[in-house]
Amino acid sequence: MTVADYAFYAFALVAVAAGLLVVVARNPVHSVLWLILAFLSSAGLFVLLGAEFVAMLLIIVYVGAVAVLFLFVVMMLDIDFAALKAEMAKYVPLAALVGIVILMQLALAYGAWEQAEGALGLRQAVTPDLNEIHNTRALGLLLYDRYIFLFQTGGLILLVAMIGAIVLTLRHREGIKRQNVLAQMYRDPAKAMELKDIKPGQGL
Amino acid sequence: MADFLQSGLGIALTIAAQGLLIIMFVMISLLFLVYGDRKVWAAVQMRRGPNVVGAFGLLQSVADALKYVVKEIVVPAGVDRPVFFLAPMLSFVLAVLAWAVIPFNSTWVLAEINVAILFVFAVSSLEVYGVIMGGWASNSKYPFLGSLRSAAQMISYEVSLGLIIIGVIISTGSMNFGAIVAAQDGDYGIFNWYWLPHLPMVVLFLVSALAETNRPPFDLPEAESELVAGFMVEYSSTPYLLFMAGEYIAIFLMCALMSLLFFGGWLSPIPGLPDGALWMVAKMAFFFFIFAMVKAIVPRYRYDQLMRIGWKVFLPLSLGWVVLVAFLAKFEILGGFWARWAIGG
Repeated sequence: MTVADYAFYAFALVAVAAGLLVVVARNPVHSVLWLILAFLSSAGLFVLLGAEFVAMLLIIVYVGAVAVLFLFVVMMLDIDFAALKAEMAKYVPLAALVGIVILMQLALAYGAWEQAEGALGLRQAVTPDLNEIHNTRALGLLLYDRYIFLFQTGGLILLVAMIGAIVLTLRHREGIKRQNVLAQMYRDPAKAMELKDIKPGQGL
Repeated sequence: MADFLQSGLGIALTIAAQGLLIIMFVMISLLFLVYGDRKVWAAVQMRRGPNVVGAFGLLQSVADALKYVVKEIVVPAGVDRPVFFLAPMLSFVLAVLAWAVIPFNSTWVLAEINVAILFVFAVSSLEVYGVIMGGWASNSKYPFLGSLRSAAQMISYEVSLGLIIIGVIISTGSMNFGAIVAAQDGDYGIFNWYWLPHLPMVVLFLVSALAETNRPPFDLPEAESELVAGFMVEYSSTPYLLFMAGEYIAIFLMCALMSLLFFGGWLSPIPGLPDGALWMVAKMAFFFFIFAMVKAIVPRYRYDQLMRIGWKVFLPLSLGWVVLVAFLAKFEILGGFWARWAIGG
């Protein structure tokens, strides 16, 4: 085995183990930390595939931003773990049922999956030759040239979701004290403080 | 010997030795950076600063480090032990990790990767975890408040840092530090560097770097006057030392980024003089001096002011700059002043 093989098995093993621990960890904060480890090892797998740009994006976006927000929320929760575990036991059969149903649906969907002839070739035809350009540039050419409208549509959908979330949670309550930023910024410094002209090397 | 160096084990050993060399460089400069930081601070306040241990107090940092190491580790009741000890290690390791891709000369780099700048950005975006984990695991109010503050602060300023870096990437057409520095090479020395075409962003980068590394005037996660020491309150001995060292190494990394992205890295400012690693180190030291001066001179910001600057001033400005640079580069305004793909990419 080469070094890359060893690295693959190490990353894969860590990713699966961390994923498992996300589910079984008792403390939700530990769950998020295991999730971060799973993300990091998947980033390692991407690097082994030669997709270092995707790997870095995975770390920057998921680990650096999304997981921080998860952690942020989970840390604030005040959870009684004992009560939670007692509740859990009640719902295990229902959860198992839902899981089995989804598994069956996936099996049905993929069991009947058929590809048109030449579909694979069509999909790969747009990929630039990776021997000639970096994968970052190849990705950029595909996203911003060929699939620009799909890409922008995706961005618009996210924008709508963001505005929706803000509209749903934004409310103006009357009769509370509110910070007036403009008034603070336009305060006259002369009225608030006194400037002393100090000679260098002398101090007050 | 030459055969051995080409074998698998030889390559691995060479890389390990090079890595050790970089860590040595970073750690030794760390000792003197802390000393220099304190000396600058003292000079501004007309004090003497550290002046007892060694000549001019030069060994003060060594004495401090030894003192931290031999002290007892106090573990408060109710802490989450694994996370509590993982946090300082994480923040130290991540701070050192980013140095793997920082070049000191055209060939002096441990890992020459295509996405070097993204790697540094990714690692520095992970640094927030040391702070959050430390604050949460301490099971105490002040550390928790400090870590919440820093989580919001570091994420906010990461956004503008990333956008500023994208401007430089657009100008160069590559994310490799070697290419970025090569694109700043030219006949006019200092006037070929990116600080001129990207002038407004240099200031923004400096301020964002201060906020990203929790450095004064944005050291709100550890604001002494209100949170005692923020997320570090419950730490003592070596874990505290690791936090401190990680923080200073991250600051030094930002100095290296400043010199690589905007100030030509190892290029000589005066045409004719030879380029070399010495220039790189000199530039890093200069930016650390600026950081130290800012710490000594500028009063601490309020938290709402910090957030307002981050989201309402820096984010729109840097986003607008990315759009502007994209146009300036695409249409090669001023004879490719903003577009140096021919050299870099």
